[in-house]
Amino acid sequence: MSAVAVKYAELQELGVEVFAISTDSRFSHKIWQEEELSKMVPGGVPFPLLSDQGGRVGTVYGVYDEDAGVDIRGRFLIDPDFNLRAMEVLTPEVGRNVSELIRQVKAFQHVRATGEVTPSGWQPGKPTLTPGPDLAGKVWKVWKPDSAF
Amino acid sequence: MAENKDGCVKPSKGPILAAVESPAASPVITKEVPKVQARVGKPAPDFELAALVGGGFKNIKLSDYKGKWIVICFYPGDFTFV
Repeated sequence: MSAVAVKYAELQELGVEVFAISTDSRFSHKIWQEEELSKMVPGGVPFPLLSDQGGRVGTVYGVYDEDAGVDIRGRFLIDPDFNLRAMEVLTPEVGRNVSELIRQVKAFQHVRATGEVTPSGWQPGKPTLTPGPDLAGKVWKVWKPDSAF
Repeated sequence: MAENKDGCVKPSKGPILAAVESPAASPVITKEVPKVQARVGKPAPDFELAALVGGGFKNIKLSDYKGKWIVICFYPGDFTFV
Protein backbone atom coordinates (compact mmCIF):
# COMPACT_ATOMS: atom_id res chain seq x y z
CA MET A 1 0.00 0.00 0.00
CA SER A 2 2.74 2.43 0.91
CA ALA A 3 4.51 1.65 -2.39
CA VAL A 4 1.39 2.71 -4.28
CA ALA A 5 1.27 5.84 -2.12
CA VAL A 6 4.83 6.78 -3.16
CA LYS A 7 3.80 6.59 -6.83
CA TYR A 8 0.41 8.19 -6.21
CA ALA A 9 1.39 11.55 -7.75
CA GLU A 10 2.36 9.81 -10.99
CA LEU A 11 -0.91 7.85 -10.99
CA GLN A 12 -2.84 11.08 -10.44
CA GLU A 13 -1.02 12.70 -13.37
CA LEU A 14 -2.26 9.78 -15.47
CA GLY A 15 -5.79 10.52 -14.22
CA VAL A 16 -6.06 7.35 -12.13
CA GLU A 17 -8.22 7.06 -9.01
CA VAL A 18 -6.90 4.51 -6.50
CA PHE A 19 -8.94 2.54 -3.96
CA ALA A 20 -7.56 -0.02 -1.52
CA ILE A 21 -9.88 -2.67 -0.10
CA SER A 22 -9.55 -5.21 2.71
CA THR A 23 -11.99 -7.04 4.95
CA ASP A 24 -10.95 -4.88 7.92
CA SER A 25 -13.36 -2.36 9.42
CA ARG A 26 -13.00 1.34 8.68
CA PHE A 27 -11.97 1.78 12.30
CA SER A 28 -9.06 -0.61 11.80
CA HIS A 29 -8.12 1.32 8.64
CA LYS A 30 -8.04 4.54 10.66
CA ILE A 31 -5.73 3.15 13.33
CA TRP A 32 -3.43 1.52 10.72
CA GLN A 33 -3.23 4.84 8.89
CA GLU A 34 -2.48 6.77 12.08
CA GLU A 35 -0.12 4.29 13.76
CA GLU A 36 1.83 2.84 10.85
CA LEU A 37 1.14 4.09 7.31
CA SER A 38 1.60 7.73 8.30
CA LYS A 39 5.13 6.79 9.47
CA MET A 40 6.01 5.25 6.09
CA VAL A 41 4.37 7.96 3.97
CA PRO A 42 4.04 11.55 5.25
CA GLY A 43 0.36 12.20 5.97
CA GLY A 44 -0.54 8.55 5.43
CA VAL A 45 -1.70 6.93 2.20
CA PRO A 46 -3.52 9.56 0.10
CA PHE A 47 -6.24 7.29 -1.29
CA PRO A 48 -9.39 5.86 0.38
CA LEU A 49 -9.20 2.59 2.32
CA LEU A 50 -12.43 0.64 1.80
CA SER A 51 -13.95 -1.92 4.13
CA ASP A 52 -15.25 -5.17 2.58
CA GLN A 53 -16.43 -6.85 5.78
CA GLY A 54 -17.70 -10.32 4.95
CA GLY A 55 -15.78 -10.36 1.69
CA ARG A 56 -18.87 -9.94 -0.49
CA VAL A 57 -17.19 -7.57 -2.93
CA GLY A 58 -14.04 -9.71 -2.91
CA THR A 59 -16.21 -12.69 -3.81
CA VAL A 60 -17.60 -10.93 -6.88
CA TYR A 61 -14.04 -9.99 -7.92
CA GLY A 62 -12.80 -13.55 -7.28
CA VAL A 63 -10.26 -12.64 -4.59
CA TYR A 64 -12.07 -13.62 -1.37
CA ASP A 65 -10.42 -16.58 0.37
CA GLU A 66 -13.22 -18.22 2.36
CA ASP A 67 -10.83 -20.37 4.41
CA ALA A 68 -8.75 -17.42 5.57
CA GLY A 69 -11.64 -14.96 5.63
CA VAL A 70 -9.66 -12.29 3.78
CA ASP A 71 -9.40 -10.71 0.34
CA ILE A 72 -6.11 -11.88 -1.17
CA ARG A 73 -3.89 -9.51 -3.17
CA GLY A 74 -5.68 -8.52 -6.35
CA ARG A 75 -5.23 -5.46 -8.53
CA PHE A 76 -7.85 -4.42 -11.08
CA LEU A 77 -7.62 -1.68 -13.72
CA ILE A 78 -10.87 -0.15 -14.99
CA ASP A 79 -11.12 2.18 -18.01
CA PRO A 80 -13.28 5.35 -18.32
CA ASP A 81 -16.09 3.28 -19.91
CA PHE A 82 -16.15 1.27 -16.65
CA ASN A 83 -14.83 -1.85 -18.35
CA LEU A 84 -12.29 -4.03 -16.59
CA ARG A 85 -9.01 -3.95 -18.54
CA ALA A 86 -6.50 -5.86 -16.41
CA MET A 87 -6.28 -7.92 -13.28
CA GLU A 88 -3.45 -9.45 -11.30
CA VAL A 89 -4.03 -11.75 -8.34
CA LEU A 90 -1.29 -13.05 -6.03
CA THR A 91 -1.23 -15.13 -2.86
CA PRO A 92 -0.52 -12.93 0.16
CA GLU A 93 3.21 -13.55 0.66
CA VAL A 94 4.39 -11.71 -2.46
CA GLY A 95 3.69 -8.01 -2.94
CA ARG A 96 2.86 -6.32 -6.23
CA ASN A 97 4.95 -4.20 -8.59
CA VAL A 98 3.61 -0.66 -8.87
CA SER A 99 5.90 0.11 -11.82
CA GLU A 100 4.18 -2.62 -13.83
CA LEU A 101 0.79 -1.14 -12.94
CA ILE A 102 1.91 2.26 -14.24
CA ARG A 103 3.26 0.66 -17.44
CA GLN A 104 -0.09 -1.01 -18.04
CA VAL A 105 -2.01 2.22 -17.43
CA LYS A 106 0.20 4.03 -19.98
CA ALA A 107 -0.17 1.19 -22.49
CA PHE A 108 -3.98 1.04 -22.19
CA GLN A 109 -4.20 4.82 -22.45
CA HIS A 110 -2.00 4.76 -25.57
CA VAL A 111 -4.14 2.05 -27.16
CA ARG A 112 -7.30 3.96 -26.35
CA ALA A 113 -5.92 7.17 -27.85
CA THR A 114 -4.36 5.73 -31.02
CA GLY A 115 -5.98 2.39 -31.85
CA GLU A 116 -2.50 0.87 -32.07
CA VAL A 117 -1.59 -2.17 -30.00
CA THR A 118 1.41 -2.50 -27.72
CA PRO A 119 3.65 -5.57 -27.94
CA SER A 120 5.16 -7.43 -25.00
CA GLY A 121 7.10 -5.24 -22.59
CA TRP A 122 6.08 -2.01 -24.33
CA GLN A 123 7.12 1.26 -22.72
CA PRO A 124 6.26 4.78 -23.96
CA GLY A 125 8.56 5.57 -26.91
CA LYS A 126 8.93 1.95 -27.99
CA PRO A 127 7.40 0.74 -31.27
CA THR A 128 3.73 -0.18 -31.41
CA LEU A 129 1.93 -2.34 -33.92
CA THR A 130 -1.04 -1.45 -36.13
CA PRO A 131 -3.09 -4.60 -36.61
CA GLY A 132 -4.39 -5.36 -40.09
CA PRO A 133 -4.12 -7.79 -42.99
CA ASP A 134 -0.75 -6.39 -44.06
CA LEU A 135 0.80 -7.21 -40.71
CA ALA A 136 -0.18 -10.88 -40.73
CA GLY A 137 2.97 -12.98 -40.86
CA LYS A 138 5.13 -9.83 -40.96
CA VAL A 139 5.44 -8.98 -37.26
CA TRP A 140 9.03 -10.29 -37.39
CA LYS A 141 9.91 -7.44 -39.77
CA VAL A 142 8.76 -4.67 -37.46
CA TRP A 143 9.22 -6.11 -33.99
CA LYS A 144 12.04 -8.13 -32.41
CA PRO A 145 11.67 -10.08 -29.13
CA ASP A 146 14.59 -8.07 -27.73
CA SER A 147 12.30 -5.02 -27.82
CA ALA A 148 10.36 -6.53 -24.92
CA PHE A 149 13.19 -5.78 -22.50
CA MET B 1 -10.93 15.84 3.41
CA ALA B 2 -14.12 13.99 4.25
CA GLU B 3 -16.36 15.37 6.96
CA ASN B 4 -15.91 13.53 10.19
CA LYS B 5 -19.28 14.28 11.72
CA ASP B 6 -20.89 10.98 10.74
CA GLY B 7 -19.75 8.70 13.54
CA CYS B 8 -21.82 5.78 12.36
CA VAL B 9 -21.86 5.63 8.57
CA LYS B 10 -25.03 4.15 7.14
CA PRO B 11 -24.54 0.52 6.10
CA SER B 12 -22.94 0.19 2.70
CA LYS B 13 -24.61 -1.88 0.00
CA GLY B 14 -21.64 -4.12 -0.84
CA PRO B 15 -21.75 -5.57 -4.34
CA ILE B 16 -24.36 -3.96 -6.57
CA LEU B 17 -25.47 -6.78 -8.79
CA ALA B 18 -27.67 -6.59 -11.83
CA ALA B 19 -31.24 -7.53 -10.93
CA VAL B 20 -31.97 -11.12 -11.83
CA GLU B 21 -35.38 -11.47 -13.41
CA SER B 22 -37.25 -14.11 -11.48
CA PRO B 23 -40.11 -15.84 -13.26
CA ALA B 24 -43.22 -14.77 -11.37
CA ALA B 25 -44.69 -18.25 -11.51
CA SER B 26 -41.56 -19.95 -10.21
CA PRO B 27 -42.31 -21.79 -6.98
CA VAL B 28 -38.61 -22.18 -6.17
CA ILE B 29 -37.23 -19.40 -4.04
CA THR B 30 -33.46 -19.21 -4.25
CA LYS B 31 -31.20 -16.63 -2.67
CA GLU B 32 -28.86 -15.21 -5.30
CA VAL B 33 -25.31 -15.88 -4.20
CA PRO B 34 -22.74 -13.45 -5.61
CA LYS B 35 -20.52 -15.29 -8.07
CA VAL B 36 -17.29 -14.14 -9.60
CA GLN B 37 -18.22 -11.50 -12.16
CA ALA B 38 -14.84 -9.87 -12.82
CA ARG B 39 -13.80 -10.55 -16.43
CA VAL B 40 -11.36 -8.48 -18.47
CA GLY B 41 -13.10 -6.68 -21.31
CA LYS B 42 -16.43 -6.79 -19.45
CA PRO B 43 -18.07 -4.12 -17.28
CA ALA B 44 -16.50 -3.84 -13.83
CA PRO B 45 -18.72 -5.16 -11.01
CA ASP B 46 -20.09 -2.15 -9.13
CA PHE B 47 -20.16 -1.85 -5.33
CA GLU B 48 -20.61 0.53 -2.44
CA LEU B 49 -18.39 0.20 0.63
CA ALA B 50 -17.66 2.14 3.81
CA ALA B 51 -14.27 3.85 3.59
CA LEU B 52 -11.68 5.88 5.43
CA VAL B 53 -11.19 9.01 3.33
CA GLY B 54 -8.73 11.56 4.67
CA GLY B 55 -9.44 11.47 8.40
CA GLY B 56 -13.16 10.72 8.11
CA PHE B 57 -15.58 8.00 7.13
CA LYS B 58 -17.90 7.90 4.15
CA ASN B 59 -19.40 5.37 1.77
CA ILE B 60 -17.82 5.09 -1.68
CA LYS B 61 -19.73 3.85 -4.73
CA LEU B 62 -17.38 2.73 -7.49
CA SER B 63 -19.61 3.78 -10.40
CA ASP B 64 -19.53 7.40 -9.13
CA TYR B 65 -16.01 7.41 -10.64
CA LYS B 66 -17.15 6.29 -14.10
CA GLY B 67 -15.30 8.34 -16.71
CA LYS B 68 -11.96 8.07 -14.92
CA TRP B 69 -9.29 5.40 -14.92
CA ILE B 70 -9.67 3.41 -11.69
CA VAL B 71 -7.32 1.05 -9.88
CA ILE B 72 -8.65 -1.09 -7.06
CA CYS B 73 -6.21 -3.00 -4.88
CA PHE B 74 -7.42 -5.76 -2.60
CA TYR B 75 -5.00 -6.66 0.20
CA PRO B 76 -5.19 -9.31 2.94
CA GLY B 77 -5.35 -7.01 5.92
CA ASP B 78 -4.27 -3.93 7.78
CA PHE B 79 -0.92 -4.36 9.58
CA THR B 80 0.29 -7.03 7.15
CA PHE B 81 3.87 -6.88 6.02
CA VAL B 82 4.29 -6.69 2.24
